[in-house]
This record gives sequence, structure tokens and C-alpha cells, in this order.
Amino acid sequence: MFLLQVIPSWKETLFLMPELQLTLFACFILVLDLLLPRGKKTLTAYAALIGIAFTLIGVAQVYYVTRNVLPTLIFYQMYVIDNFSFIFKVIVLISAAISIAISIKYLETEKELRGDYYSLLLFATVGMMFIASSYNLLMFYVSLELMAISVYVLVGYLKNNDKSNEAALKYFLLGAFSSGIFLYGVSLVYAITGELNLLEIAIKVSLFILGTDAKVGVGAHYLLAFAVALTGAGLLFKVAAVPFHMWAPDAYEGAPTPITAFMSVAVKAASYAMLARIFLVAFPALRTIKELPGWLPFFIGVAALTMTVGNIAAMTQKNTKRMLAYSSISQAGYILLGLIASNETGYTGLVFYILAYTLMNLGAFAIIILLRRDDIKGDRLENLSGLIKKKPVLAVMMLVFLISLAGIPPTSGFVGKYLLFAGLIKADNFWLNRLAVLAVLNTVISFYYYAQIIKAMFIDIPSDDKPINLNIFSTISLVFATVLTILIGIYPQPFIEISKSVTKNLAPVQVNQQTSPTPTPTPTNDSGIDPSIDPNLFPNVIPRK
Amino acid sequence: MVPLSWYLALSAVLFTIGAVGVFVKRNVISIFMCIELMLNAVNLTLIAFSSFYREVSGQLFVFIVMTVAAAEAGVGLALVIAVFRNRESLNTDDINLLKL
Repeated sequence: MFLLQVIPSWKETLFLMPELQLTLFACFILVLDLLLPRGKKTLTAYAALIGIAFTLIGVAQVYYVTRNVLPTLIFYQMYVIDNFSFIFKVIVLISAAISIAISIKYLETEKELRGDYYSLLLFATVGMMFIASSYNLLMFYVSLELMAISVYVLVGYLKNNDKSNEAALKYFLLGAFSSGIFLYGVSLVYAITGELNLLEIAIKVSLFILGTDAKVGVGAHYLLAFAVALTGAGLLFKVAAVPFHMWAPDAYEGAPTPITAFMSVAVKAASYAMLARIFLVAFPALRTIKELPGWLPFFIGVAALTMTVGNIAAMTQKNTKRMLAYSSISQAGYILLGLIASNETGYTGLVFYILAYTLMNLGAFAIIILLRRDDIKGDRLENLSGLIKKKPVLAVMMLVFLISLAGIPPTSGFVGKYLLFAGLIKADNFWLNRLAVLAVLNTVISFYYYAQIIKAMFIDIPSDDKPINLNIFSTISLVFATVLTILIGIYPQPFIEISKSVTKNLAPVQVNQQTSPTPTPTPTNDSGIDPSIDPNLFPNVIPRK
Repeated sequence: MVPLSWYLALSAVLFTIGAVGVFVKRNVISIFMCIELMLNAVNLTLIAFSSFYREVSGQLFVFIVMTVAAAEAGVGLALVIAVFRNRESLNTDDINLLKL
């Protein structure tokens, strides 16, 4: 309905500066890579880091300009600027920066140092930033594919490595398959509502449930449930939740280790941003409804399975990359709890835990990357043995990351898990209480395999005597991750406040099921938003001239 | 005029054929073709309802899906070539280095 209006004004483009900057940097790195002689390719990594620094400044500027009018919708309501998008942009930018920093030495060892690697990483980051800000299913799809296609290539970046090829192919086939499922869900949502904008979908869906939208027939309730289930399944593929996780261990094991780290944090964070945005903005009315099971029971089952299967499978692994892959599957289950709790504590926990998880998981992978030396692959458990004798600092840092992943105080992982579980308990529901108990039991199971790594590092005898060399970038990123993991653990208040501010306005449409079943559809205003529901909860919309 | 439900049924059938094919087929290229079939089923639904609602955004979506599918095919076939060079086979049963 907005299509025949004026072209977006140049002022709106200013809000896109961070993303445009990063895109330009990614293109610039491609060219720079061609100009540089063979031995100097590391410069492209520095350029990528500078690009990310500029983009972070850009995000801060946009925040400064828009802080009083948040949330704002621009570009025909396709792009939203709100706290939720800001924090996810910062998270993906930080994880991209750390991934680049830990890649530099790894690529030299693998003798695959080329600039297109960093360029693709930046393109994937641009995709994630757009995901964080999308407000329209079309935008979501395009950003998702920008991220996914770049990551397919990155997983298969080690051209002559059989495992890397295989991982990329598997990831590609299942990723494309899951996009297909997601898209079919989207097309059915469009079929039922005739809208692609999340708010409009929410309004149509809630009117539909109240029975005032006469356009659709009787069986359409089931079609709607089917559409939402398909959309959810496609998204759960991306976050690697059980039973949609089959690709994750293979792709994580075969990919170059920095990309494994990047996939397990940034791709997951972006997918969670998408999942939360779509389900909380577009389908809040379908959380649970009387005649049909809503998406809540579906997610409860998935979360319970994800935590349990991830943890139990991780226990038997001897390959640390694969173990951390299963660990990240189980962490995905914990994060899902925040969405299930559907109260402020739960949403706060969701954002907070993603922030904490990004730092601790990147740190753990950074140490595994350092173990990759000339002819040692470094991804076996025995490669970690005796780390305390070789590099005591690294062993202690790894210990911090592992106890944080396991959720032991005084680390950020503990506070995050505390918020997530507290959200479930606060919801005060029979099944959600059971789920919280299951989650705590799972935390206990996870101690087993994290403790295996700790035992190898502190008690076992070193399996080789090759020295471990640190470069300046790995050192900085490791120190950054360690310090923040402990700092968030002992002084979480400011970070909790930030996460809490993020979750406001996330779920704008609230439908009261008890109200009379036949409210008349009210006329919509210029912005296409139904004013009768609750005008204060809606984001600002920049008016069209 | 062909009723709307026929389009929906046809696209559901196409999507099912594609989704089942992904699981049954053993050759990577065939699997890839099945995925493309799924995307085309999506396009059919979008087009049918775009014309039903007299609204353009569904048709726009179809263009985007086609473009992205082309990009995806480029990357996918490149990966297939990389695998074939190293292994001389495209049967999924032979692509089995990574296991539990």
C-alpha cells in the first residue's frame, strides 16, 4: 500500500550509514586484496578491523541522534531503529572484530591468507546488522540470505581440505533447505494476512483470532498454525535447535576454527534476534490460544530437547571443536528459555545471555585456535593437556570461559543463566517450572564435559613440547573477553539495565482474549497502523510527505 | 478463472515433492534441484495471493526470491565443484568424513 509514494528521502539514508560504511569497507577490501603483493595480505585484516571500528562509531552516532525518538520506523516501515537492534548490532560487530583478530594467525598457519575471507566476513556482518533492524519479512529474508551465503563460502574456505569442503556442502544444503521451509511459512503468512510488515501481520492475526476478519474460510486456522510452525522451524534450523541441529556439529567441526567461533556466536545471535523479533512482534497473539496449540508448547518441547540432546551428545566427544559445537547447541536451548518465559526477566535474560555467551564462547574458541601450530591440528582433547605447564595464563583464561559456559559464579554465564531460569520461575506455570528444573539438571550434566577439558589442562601431562605463540591481536581479544566475562559476572547491574531497556517495545501488540468477540475493525491511519489497540506502544513512524 | 485454492494445493504438492526429494535423493545436484523446486512452490503461493489481494509486495518478494536463489545456486555449485575435485564423487553416501 506504500508503493506508489515518494522515494525515501536522503535523510533516512543517514540512519543506514553504519551498514553502508561496512559494505563499502567490504568492497574496498576485495579491491585491496588484488592490489597487495602475496606477502602483504595481512593488511586486509587491519582494514577490516578499521572498518568495524568505524561502523561501531557509526552505530553510536545513530544512537545519539535517535535516542529520544526510539523506536523509529524508516524506509516504508521496513527498517526499525530501536534499542533491540542497537544491542544486537554491537554484539555482532564485536564478535566479527574478535573473529577477525583471531583469524590472522590461523590463516597464516593454514597458508590460505587472502583478503576475500575478511570481505566475506564483513558482508555476513552487514547481513546480521540488517537482520537486527528488519521489520518486514522481505527484509528479513534478504538479510538472512546475505548472512547465510557469505557464511557458506567461509565454511568451505579451506579449498584443499576435505573436511572443510564437506562441512560447507552439508551446511549449504541444509541451510538452503531451511530457508525454503522458512520461506514457505512466510508465503503462507502472506496468504493469510496479505501483509509482510510485522506490525500489520500482528494486527491481522489478532483480528483473525477474534473472528472479525471475514476474508478467510474455516480451515484457515489450521493453515495459520501450519504457517507459523514452518516459519519457526526454518528459524530454529538457523539457531541449531534440536531436532533441527543435524548440520551443526559437522559444519562446526569442518569449518576453519575462527569461522566456527563466528558461526556459533554471531550467526546464532542474529538468528535469535530474528526469531525473537518475528515471534514477539508478529505472532504474540498466537502464543497460546484455546482451540489450537500456539507456538509456546512447540518451543517448550524444542528447548527441552535441545538442552538435553546437546549436553548428552557433548559428553562423548573427544574433539574439542565438536564438543564445543554440541555445547553451543545446548546453549541455544538455554537462550530459548528466555523467549518461552515471555516476561521481562526472561527477555532480559535472553539478551543478556547472548551478550555473555558471545564473549565466553569466542574466548574458548580463541584458545583452541592458538593450539593450531605447524603440524598439530589442535582440535583434539589431548592437545589441551598440560596447558598449565606450557602457558599458565592461557589455561586460567580457558578456565574462566569454561566455568562461565557451565554457569558457575562469579562469571557472566552464571548471571545469564540465573536471569533465564528466574524468568521461567516467575512465569509461575506448572510446565514452565518443570522446564526450569530440567534446565538446572542440564547445567549439572554440562559440568561433566567442561570439567574434562579442565582436567586435561590442569592435571594431564603435556602431549607435545611445541611452543604456543601469541600474537598481539589474539592477546588483546583474549584479555578483552576474559575481563568482560569476569566483570559482567561480578558487576552485572549496568548490563542488566541495558538488556532490560532493549526489551521494551519489543512486543507492541497485546490482545486481550477476554474482551468481547466482535469488535469492529477500526479504520487505520496513514501509517497503516490500527490506532485502537494501544497507540502508546507503537513505534514512531516517520511520516510521508 | 482458476480458483485460488488450486494454486495453494499445487504449490503444497510441489513443496512436498521438493522436501521429500531432499531426503530421498542421493546425488548432491538432485538435492539442490529439489531445494529449487521448494523455492518455486513458494513463488507460486506468493504470486497467487499477490494477485488475489491486488497487492504488489508478493510479486516483489518473488523477484527477490529468484535473485537470491540464483546467488545461492552460484555458491552452491562452486561448493559442489570443490567437493568433486577432492573426491571424484557427488553421492552423499561418499561424503562422510564428519561423523558422530
